[in-house]
Order: sequence, then C-alpha cells, then structure tokens
Amino acid sequence: MDILTSLMGGFAVAVTPLNLALAVFGCFAGTLIGALPGLGPVNGVAILIPVAFAMDLEPGSALIMLSCIYYGCMYGGRISSIMLNIPGDEPAIMTTLDGYPMAQRGQAAKALGISAVASFTGATFATLGLTFFAPLLAKAAIHFGPADYFALYVMAFATIGGVTGVNPFKTLLAAVLGLLLASVGLDPATGTARFTFGSFHLYDGFDPIVAIVGLFAVSEIIMYFESHATSGAGPVKLGRALPRLREMFEGYGAALRGSVIGFICGVLPGAGASLGAFVSYSTEKQLSDKDGTFGTGDPRGIAAPEAGNNAASGGALIPMLTLGVPGSGTTAVMLALLVSLNIQPGPLLFERQPDLVWGLIAALYLANVVLLVLNIPMVGIFTRLLSLPQWLLMPIVVMVSFIGIYSISHSTFDLFVMIGFGILGYGLRKLDFSLVPVVLGLLLGADMENNLRRALSISGGEFGILLQSPIALVIYGFTALMLVFSFGIAMRQRPGAG
Amino acid sequence: MSITRKLVTGAIFATGLTAISAVTASAAECIAPADPGGGWDFTCRTVGRLLTDLGIEDSSVQVTNMPGGVGAVAFANVAGKRASEGELLVATSTVGVTQIAQGKYPGGVDVMRWVGMLGTDVGVITVPADSEYDSIDDLLDALKADPTSIPVAGSSGAGGWDHIRLLMLADAAGMSGEDYKAIRWVQFDGGSPAVTQMLGGQVGAVSTDLGEIAGFVESGDIKILAALSDEPIPAFPDAPTAKAQGYDVTGYNWRGFYTGGDVSDADYQAWVDKLKALYDTAEWKEAAEGNGLITVWRGGDEFETYVAEQAQQMEEISRSIGVIQ
Repeated sequence: MDILTSLMGGFAVAVTPLNLALAVFGCFAGTLIGALPGLGPVNGVAILIPVAFAMDLEPGSALIMLSCIYYGCMYGGRISSIMLNIPGDEPAIMTTLDGYPMAQRGQAAKALGISAVASFTGATFATLGLTFFAPLLAKAAIHFGPADYFALYVMAFATIGGVTGVNPFKTLLAAVLGLLLASVGLDPATGTARFTFGSFHLYDGFDPIVAIVGLFAVSEIIMYFESHATSGAGPVKLGRALPRLREMFEGYGAALRGSVIGFICGVLPGAGASLGAFVSYSTEKQLSDKDGTFGTGDPRGIAAPEAGNNAASGGALIPMLTLGVPGSGTTAVMLALLVSLNIQPGPLLFERQPDLVWGLIAALYLANVVLLVLNIPMVGIFTRLLSLPQWLLMPIVVMVSFIGIYSISHSTFDLFVMIGFGILGYGLRKLDFSLVPVVLGLLLGADMENNLRRALSISGGEFGILLQSPIALVIYGFTALMLVFSFGIAMRQRPGAG
Repeated sequence: MSITRKLVTGAIFATGLTAISAVTASAAECIAPADPGGGWDFTCRTVGRLLTDLGIEDSSVQVTNMPGGVGAVAFANVAGKRASEGELLVATSTVGVTQIAQGKYPGGVDVMRWVGMLGTDVGVITVPADSEYDSIDDLLDALKADPTSIPVAGSSGAGGWDHIRLLMLADAAGMSGEDYKAIRWVQFDGGSPAVTQMLGGQVGAVSTDLGEIAGFVESGDIKILAALSDEPIPAFPDAPTAKAQGYDVTGYNWRGFYTGGDVSDADYQAWVDKLKALYDTAEWKEAAEGNGLITVWRGGDEFETYVAEQAQQMEEISRSIGVIQ
C-alpha cells in the first residue's frame, strides 16, 4: 500500500516533540479564536502567519501549526453559536438554529458535546477522503462547470423556505433581502460599480462576517437594552457542566450523513463550508424532521451542520492542494500561506514535495484527535460563560466583536457597517424574521450570481446552457424531489402544527 | 532555539502585533491594498521582511492591509491624508495601473510618486495539452473566423488586465474592434480556477499570469501558445513568445510601489536607492523566482515615465473596447 507507507512517513514527520507542541498550541489558539464572534479561520490563520515566520519554523512545522489553527477555528466557531446565538464564523450560522435553543433549555454542555463529536466525525471523514482519493476526486471535480454550480445554488435556495421553523414566506423574504445586499459592490464580470453611491469602501460589497456580527451580536445588545428597560431577560439555565457520554452520540446518524454531504460540497471548488453546513442541515431536516422538532434544539439539527461544515473545510483542501484552487476564503488564506512558504500547490505538489503533503495530512489526523480531547474538558469552561450575568457578558461580547471586525481590515467604515447591520437585525427580529436566511442570501448570493454570469458568458447569453449539462439536470431533479417531499410533510403536519 | 523559546517568542510577537501598529508611527510602513494572502500582500511582506533582514532598513517594516476597491481605498487614503509621508510605500502592480487608466481610482497616475518595480509576472495564452491549437496563429485564426467560437477565461473581469492582453493580441492579428469585442470572456477568481475549468472543457483557452499556473504547464496538462514577454521565459525556454510568432505584444504584470505625491525628493530618492539595493541581492532573486516572477528593475524617473506610458496605452485600449467611454 503506497498511500499507507506515505502516510506513515507523514506521521514520522508530524510526531516530533516540537510539532506536537505546536499542534496542541495551534488547536487551543484556534478554538479560542474561532469561539470569538467576528474572528474566524480566515483572520485566525492570517493573524498567526507572521507568528509562524517570527518563530523561524521549518515549513513543515509552520504548516502543522497553521493547519491546527485552521481546524481549531472550525471547531471553535460553533461555541458562540451555541452559547450566545452569535455565529463565530460564516459556516457556523446553521448551528445557531438548534444549538442555541438546546442551550436555552439548560443543555449547553450536551449541545457542545454533540457538536464536538459531529465536528470530529466530519473532519475525520474528510481527512480520510483526502488521504485515499485526493487526486481522483480532484479529477472528478474538474467536470463541474459554472452551470452545474449554479444548479447547486438553486438547490440551496429552493430549500431555504423550509429551513427555519417560522413562516416560510418571511424566510423567503429574508433570503431575498440577503440576495439584494449581495449585489452591492463591483460587478465581478465587468467591474461596474453597483449600489456603491460613489464610496470606494463599498466596492468590495459587504463582508459576510461583518454582516453576521452586526446582525447577530449588535442586534442582541439592542434587544438586551430593550428587555432590560422593560422586563429583564431571564437568565439561561446552566444545567450540567459536562455532557454524559451517551448524550454526545445522539444524532450520530445525522453526523454521518452530514459528513458525506459536506465533503462533497467541500471537494467542489465553487462551493465551500458554508454551503456544506447549509445543505447538510436542510437535507437532514427534510429527511428526519417528522415531528417538527428541528429549530427547537434537536440533536440532529446540531450534528448535521457541524459535521457538514467540518467535512467541507477538510474536503476543500483537496482542490486547494491538487489544483491550487481554493474553495473558500479560509482555504484561500491557507493557499497564500503555502505560497509564502515557497510551496506551490498544484498538480505536481504530491510528486514534488511528498514529505510536506503527507506531513500535513498526518497533522490533520493529529489535530482532530487533539481537538476532540481538548474540547471535552473545555466544554466546562465555556458553559460557565453562560453563568456570567448578562450586564457583564454583553459588553464583553460587543468589545470582542468590534476588535474582531477591526482586526480584519483596519477599517472604521466596517464598524459602521456592522452597527448598521445591527440596527437592521433588530428591526428584523422585532418583525419576527429569522436572521439566518439573510446571511445565507448574502453569503451564497455572490457565488450564485458569479456562476450564472460565467455560464452566460460562455454561451454568449443563451440561457439554454443552464440545462445542457447532465450534472445540472441531476441536481435540478434532486431539488424537485426534495421540494415534493417537503410539501408532502408540510401537508401532513398542517392540521396539527400549522 | 529551544521549543519553549520559540513558543514564547511567538506569543510575545502575537500580542505585540497590535501594539506595534499603534506606537511606531515613524517607522517604515508598507500598505498592501488587499486582504492578507494576495499578490500585493506578498509584495509588501516579502520586500518588507527582506529590507529588514538584509539590514537595508534599520527597523522592521510594518505591513498594513487596506483592502477595498481593487486598491482604490488605499489610493484615496494616501492621496487625502498621507500624501507627504516619506516613510510610506504602497504595493501595486499593472492591475492597479489598469484601474487608474479606467478612472476607477480617485485620481490619475500623476497624483502619486512611482518609486520602482522589482519583478514581473508574464502573461501567457494557454490551451489544454490535447487542444487542436498548436500555435497562437491557430487560435487567433479560429477567433478571426468566428470570434464567438472559443470562450476564453482569465482571472480578471471584462476590461481587466488578463482580458486586455488577449485583445491586444487580437488587435495585432488584425481583428477589428467590433470583432474582438465579440470574443466571449469568462471571469474566474484566479488563474488556477480558470485553468481548472479549461481542463474540464468549459472554456477553450486561458489568458493569465504564468506564475500561478506554472504547475499545470510543468505537469503537461496545458501548453503555452504564446508568452507575452520580450525574451523567452527562463523557466520555460521552449514556450514561444508572441513576438517570435509575429505579434508585437508584451503583457507584463509588474510588482512595484508608489508613495504619496507630496513626498520630498530626498525621501523619494531614499526609497528608490533602498529598493535598488534590495533588487541587487541574491535573496530577492530567490524569493521572486520562488513565486514565479522574473526580476526586472525600473526605478525613479524611468519608472515614472513607464507607468505614465502604460496608463495611457491602457486607456486607449479600454476606450476602443468600450470599457470606458
């Protein structure tokens, strides 16, 4: 077995005292960074790249530390989703839907436990895929063209109505609002400025992470002011500090299904972790939400998106390493990191620098185990967060949010955008809108539009190209099936739940 | 260095990063007008690190990321608030000059002082290895016969540098403006995604910088029909230049710096000298070549003239293809 020998060689590189210490440090720092609202893997890795240089590390060691930070951030992103209802990073938004309700019921430790196991499952699944099928999968992913990606996004938006428990009409309206916001900025195909009102700051559109922190964190503060002035918010029940072992494996089937879906989304360079988490959640809901418990703290509603998002970020390493094509913002930073270490990802990477690649893959296995072990006892630390009084917790969250957002681009303009989104989020909450579809619209809308534009550029404006590819047709067929299926469920539920 | 010392250094460095940016206003600073990770970020970080490591600059060079508007935010910031700061460099490239030429920055090239360029990426026209086109003649003949027959992709939008380079070739081949406007142009977020889609059969050819996609050439997946350089590219001496095939077109994407328009002659000259000193080191050559760049030096007045000419040429092309009116 060629691969196994290479992998063993990789472990020999990864398992040295220095590298192990770096892996633990990376996992710990990554989890913390990921847990802070506004600070996700993108800035986590970007901020720590100079640290790797300052420490004068070998390329292999630097790679191990930074990939541990990368995986750590993906683990950490779920923590503030569950504890505060504020996603730590983009792919973690789906985790708020069931994670926060479960924490509100006093089962924060259980929610964190389930998500840790699901994250581990997703990430390990993806790393196994990376180990055994990387070149093969990369070859398959090449055949996905712009029209096929567009079909994938159509599928995502077709199922969006059923994703959040509230009124499907409001959910669709919120998604449209997100799509509208996504159209702000330079049109990528022609460079024409849209809705920028002459401001250069709006040329790049709204950064999704700025919107997320504004919509969720800042609006939370405004809500708190209001509730404090009138009635005073009831404290969240704490419950057990550590989860029971059996509880952590609830929703394990959902985690496995989420891993597969997330991994496929990750391998496709035009999709990425956010889409992975989203499709995992909506598929799981269509498949198993027979009693309408999704959105109220269903374990499967936590396991599916967490497994999906971690499997997708692992899967995204495949096109990044073998083709040099980053599937998401985070892998783009990883790509930049490799380039700055004089490693050129691409079709020759596995032949040219096998030591580094297999060292990296071994490091990813290592990171997964370290993160799982590290995360179970750390659950206690994070659940204690909830016992902080609101008047203390909220200002800290605001401060961290502002620093996090400012650290990305050093732009005071972004801070104002964030406050603007906070006010928008407050208004939407008052009107009983779910915030998640707004973010999904903003996050996925740009990619959906880009792929539509590319498909139409290729065909010279002929819309027929969208239906010419067999892959796209399969996806549309699948979408239609899912819609019929969910209408069926809705009809059956109608007499009872409404 | 021991493990603990390395870890401690790292931790101190991390906490110090934020503090440094607030305190050392007088030290040299390089603005990368993009997010961490892009080409401009690489230019600032590599040049900044080497200037300090090699002792050309006494203190460390602070790198500030100021993304927005393909460099327009940084340009507006320097022009408006920091035009006379002699310690400041801003990373830019041909892409920035294209934006200026198309009026997408608040001001023309004369607003800034152009310090120098240290290296350049070379534009190439590529097709899959098994493509029926074996020379740039084949491809251009096919486009002449039917401009819509082959969709071409690159890393920039319509009117961006990758697109313009292709149209310069079409122009040199004698195609009319009306004809080459009809060529189908597809934008991707980088050279590698464009090549990947070409290998998947979605587009017929790719026009972009060689650096990012060199791996696909080495692996034999794609072939270079034309290198848009004066001389053959050192790494691929067999790839023919467009010039050698009878098309007088070059398409470099240089990496260099500008500084504020009100910077004193002494400070300006000091930067030109420092960058020239860096250019002459083996360390720079190694770093540049590792990233697929060819080392080329233009500095001071020569660079000012070069940028002004390039901006004017691009303005003309942009106008003829209707990107600007």
